[in-house]
Amino acid sequence: MLNIKCPYCGDRSQKEFAYGGDGTITRPKLNQEISDEEWDNFVYLRKSPRGKHIELWHHIAGCRQWFKVERDTTTHEIFRTFKPEE
Amino acid sequence: MSQNFRLNTGGLINRDKPIEFKFNGKKYIGYEGDTLASALLANGIHLIGRSFKYHRPRGFFGAGVDEPNAKMQVEINGCSEPNINATEIELVNGLSASSQNCWPSVNFDIGAINNFLNRFFPAGFYYKTFMWPKSFWYRVYEPFIRKAAGLGIASLEKDKERYEHKYEYCDLLVTGSGPAGLASAYAAAKNGAKVILAEDKPRYGGTLLTDDVTIDNLSGKDWSEKIISELKEMPNVIVKNRSQVFGYYDHNMMVMFERTGDHLEKKPKHTPRQRLWYIRAKEVLLSTGSIERPIVFGNNDTPGVFLSAAAKEYMKVYGVLIGKKPIIFTNNDSGYETAIEFKKNGVNPIVLDTREDQNSELINEAKDLDIKIKFSYAVIVAHGYKKVKSATIGKLNKEKIDFVNKEQIDCDSICVSGFWTPTVHLASQSGNKLKFNDSIDAFVPDKSKQNEHSLGAANGTFTLQDTLKNSFNTGSEVSKSITKKNEKIQIPNTNERKYSAHDKFWCSPLPKGKNYKRFVDFQNDVAVSDIEVALREGYRSIEHVKRYTTLGMATDQGRTSNLNGLQLVANVEKKIVPQVGHTTFRPPFTPVTIGTIVGREIGKEYMPTRKTPMHHWHEKNNAVWVDAGAWKRPRYYKRGNENLFEASKREAKNVRDHVGICDVTTLGKIDIKGPDAAEFLNRVYTNAWLKLPVGKARYGVMLREDGIVMDDGTTTRISENHYHMTTTTAQAANVLSHLEYYLQIVWPELNVNVVSTTEQWAGAAIAGPKSRDLLAKLFSKIDVSNEALPFMGYVEGDLFGVKARIFRISFSGELAYEINVESDFGLFMWEKIIEIGEEFNVQPYGTEALSTLRIEMGHVAGPELDGRTIPYDVSLEGLVSKKKDFIGKRSLAKEAFNQADRQKIVGLVPLDRKSSIPEGSHLVENKNAKLPNPKLGHVSSSCWSVENNNPFSLAILKDGKNMIGKKLFAVSPLKNTSIEVEVMSSHYVDHEGKRVRS
Ligand SMILES: [Zn+2]
Repeated sequence: MLNIKCPYCGDRSQKEFAYGGDGTITRPKLNQEISDEEWDNFVYLRKSPRGKHIELWHHIAGCRQWFKVERDTTTHEIFRTFKPEE
Repeated sequence: MSQNFRLNTGGLINRDKPIEFKFNGKKYIGYEGDTLASALLANGIHLIGRSFKYHRPRGFFGAGVDEPNAKMQVEINGCSEPNINATEIELVNGLSASSQNCWPSVNFDIGAINNFLNRFFPAGFYYKTFMWPKSFWYRVYEPFIRKAAGLGIASLEKDKERYEHKYEYCDLLVTGSGPAGLASAYAAAKNGAKVILAEDKPRYGGTLLTDDVTIDNLSGKDWSEKIISELKEMPNVIVKNRSQVFGYYDHNMMVMFERTGDHLEKKPKHTPRQRLWYIRAKEVLLSTGSIERPIVFGNNDTPGVFLSAAAKEYMKVYGVLIGKKPIIFTNNDSGYETAIEFKKNGVNPIVLDTREDQNSELINEAKDLDIKIKFSYAVIVAHGYKKVKSATIGKLNKEKIDFVNKEQIDCDSICVSGFWTPTVHLASQSGNKLKFNDSIDAFVPDKSKQNEHSLGAANGTFTLQDTLKNSFNTGSEVSKSITKKNEKIQIPNTNERKYSAHDKFWCSPLPKGKNYKRFVDFQNDVAVSDIEVALREGYRSIEHVKRYTTLGMATDQGRTSNLNGLQLVANVEKKIVPQVGHTTFRPPFTPVTIGTIVGREIGKEYMPTRKTPMHHWHEKNNAVWVDAGAWKRPRYYKRGNENLFEASKREAKNVRDHVGICDVTTLGKIDIKGPDAAEFLNRVYTNAWLKLPVGKARYGVMLREDGIVMDDGTTTRISENHYHMTTTTAQAANVLSHLEYYLQIVWPELNVNVVSTTEQWAGAAIAGPKSRDLLAKLFSKIDVSNEALPFMGYVEGDLFGVKARIFRISFSGELAYEINVESDFGLFMWEKIIEIGEEFNVQPYGTEALSTLRIEMGHVAGPELDGRTIPYDVSLEGLVSKKKDFIGKRSLAKEAFNQADRQKIVGLVPLDRKSSIPEGSHLVENKNAKLPNPKLGHVSSSCWSVENNNPFSLAILKDGKNMIGKKLFAVSPLKNTSIEVEVMSSHYVDHEGKRVRS
């Protein structure tokens, strides 16, 4: 069970959080002209990196804030957690 | 037989308190402080079970977690529990244990014939023997294996015991209270760190209880007692005995198993039997000690063969002799400690030392005590079937691969010492890559991956002086960086005997032409020959050898077998042990009961039950419940002998004819506030939201980015910047997370806040042609006419002094309203509606009638919005804005979503107007077509239409819009039905929606 530091609440057990996927994806802007391929990349295609990965987590049983976690996918080491605007 | 092997003095047991217990139905006496094992040994009982595969007689081998054989079926409080280690369970009055893995009895075991047929039970015997003929598996092999093998029998009784979970946080967790654990915990505690010290055994001190040492002129035992009592006084320290840290998980999450009840004769009512601790430790100090390594020889599994340190522990802790004519077979000085202890207790041992003649403090002491020592000697084979009677010994040649001077000597026990193996299981679980230490022939922890340090014997440090020095220092250093305090501690003086170098000898050669079994792994019954077979058959990776032979598996986790197994593979492969590598150690280190893992989360405590404020009213009115997530909802209200079908028909009909009331509290409710709220809704929903006036509700559909419908519901504009959103019961949590994601991550520039208010509002839907009349009586002060409160209108009202929100929305196709009041007034509202509604024939209706009503009118719900449908599929295209962008819109342009024959929702009626169509039925053109019969669609929801008095279903059908009027078959292989149906519009009632607007 991971120990995750919510940037708003502090250290909490993984039990309180939900995983939210790749944290580096940017949603295309509204009304933006975009090719089928670009859109499909955004909706479906995700990398599955070995090693460092920036991902989203949601503190569902706490402050209900979404934030970002930099984690090693092989060792689970967490290097930092930060607010989405950082 | 009465405790013939109990010493008159000595040990830490209480001779004033005899304890009666049963083993295999026979009564015995032991003492308070005994384990089941020590009490049996005091009574001269050695034969305690049969081996797993060959059913050979087995006896005790160790004295604690090292014990591979003594797994027993134990009766505890009327519950029978298998696989309890007799060396670990404490003796209490009335304890009753029996051998397992033997049938019909331990003395006469049919399976022992396996031993004589052992050519048929080679390595990988499961893979080979039971593979064919295939038909034999269920009829012959499986019942046979279940009966003859296996490890004990799980009880079929419900476990009446109570188990608990506990969460703790600390600066340092110290695992094991031997010298390393005591010293490091003490140093850290002195620096003010929050320390948890966990000891697996009932007594603290580890090897200090059995080793002949002094610390600051105190005996090891006295020193450990002094430190423990000081630690117990300190408020920043938790000291726990009977507590095994068995798992090392991510981010220093340690899991510990505490035996809180089984050792108590009269357990207080609320004391749990066992407790599981989740401990998040900033630092973990692993002081788990080491386990003595066996030396392998012929028939080394005969009862009466012990680890030498176990024999010493039985004397020093329990005052028990494991034998009166022992052979000590050793490759290092440890065996001499056991020999000296025997001698002190009046027993004359003979020591066989595989090393050449040499001197050390210990050896000289043994010589001074006139202990008979034979250097360069080994036990070749033990004799005796159910107990050791004699042994063939021999003088090893120079290479130690053969022997001369074979002779047979009488003995009743053989104590082996093949040096020490650090207990590195937890370190390995933490992700620590172990390294091989040549000087001790064993793996020791290498670089820490997590915040852990191994100390003392667990780290390969076998002298007391070094152990104490390193442990005090590490405890100090590690805690200092946490607490910023640095209390100086004087490292105590020690007095211990110096060992001379050990010998690498680990396996005796066999006499020429003999094939005595030499066991490497007792618990899994793996002999030298089994591993050799595996290697001959081409298994190379140690992980494969492990799985093929079962070496080091199961509850034992290779505690005594691991290194000898590796050594053997290395010898055959002409490698060295570090090249062979080691297998992965997995949690739990020792077995843990399922009850402890589950804790209190069983039965109705498995998950919380959500009840609406009207729950008790429903209960009193014979509600039959249905689970909706964690919620309990009335499925129908039973009157007399009604069944589900009759009751739901009555309730639905009453809505169509008069008025019904339904508890809709469970719908998800989200409060949305902020100046950009309208813009946000406009992006979230597929339809337009910018022009919704205050006091109006609108139905909306939201999609995922892939274009699939996520949820639907109504949202009402309460005031300029304030909206009230409803979601389906099932999707409430997901929708909230979805909204938060877009507000916080995607469009943080929008000034909007969302919060769940599901539990703040109680909701009642009143539906039916009389609902307006009822509403007018409930809210006499407001105008509820069609003009003042039109369809999709919203107004606030006063319900006999309670503030209420009134929404004119309908889920049933009838004129309907939904009233919300604060939860505390939910029951008041409900009872008022029932009371005042009496004259209009109001009846409560449950989810079954609710479904009937929505299916009839073609309103989609969960079964249609099943994560596979886009708005066009479920006839919601009218709600998809062409002008604005919204979440998921770009996906709707996908080619597959726009094909002419795309699936579409339709209605179905059976041609006979009688047969109900099972939900999940497949729609096919020809019911007799050759398989695979092409599937055109599936039935999503079915009901009995109360309007038309015949069955009606909704279905998702390929090319649905062009199929109206066609006849198909609804085939359900599950219900074995095939019903001819006619395809029609999904709106079976009130096509134009006149009623809801009237
Ligand atoms: Zn938080």
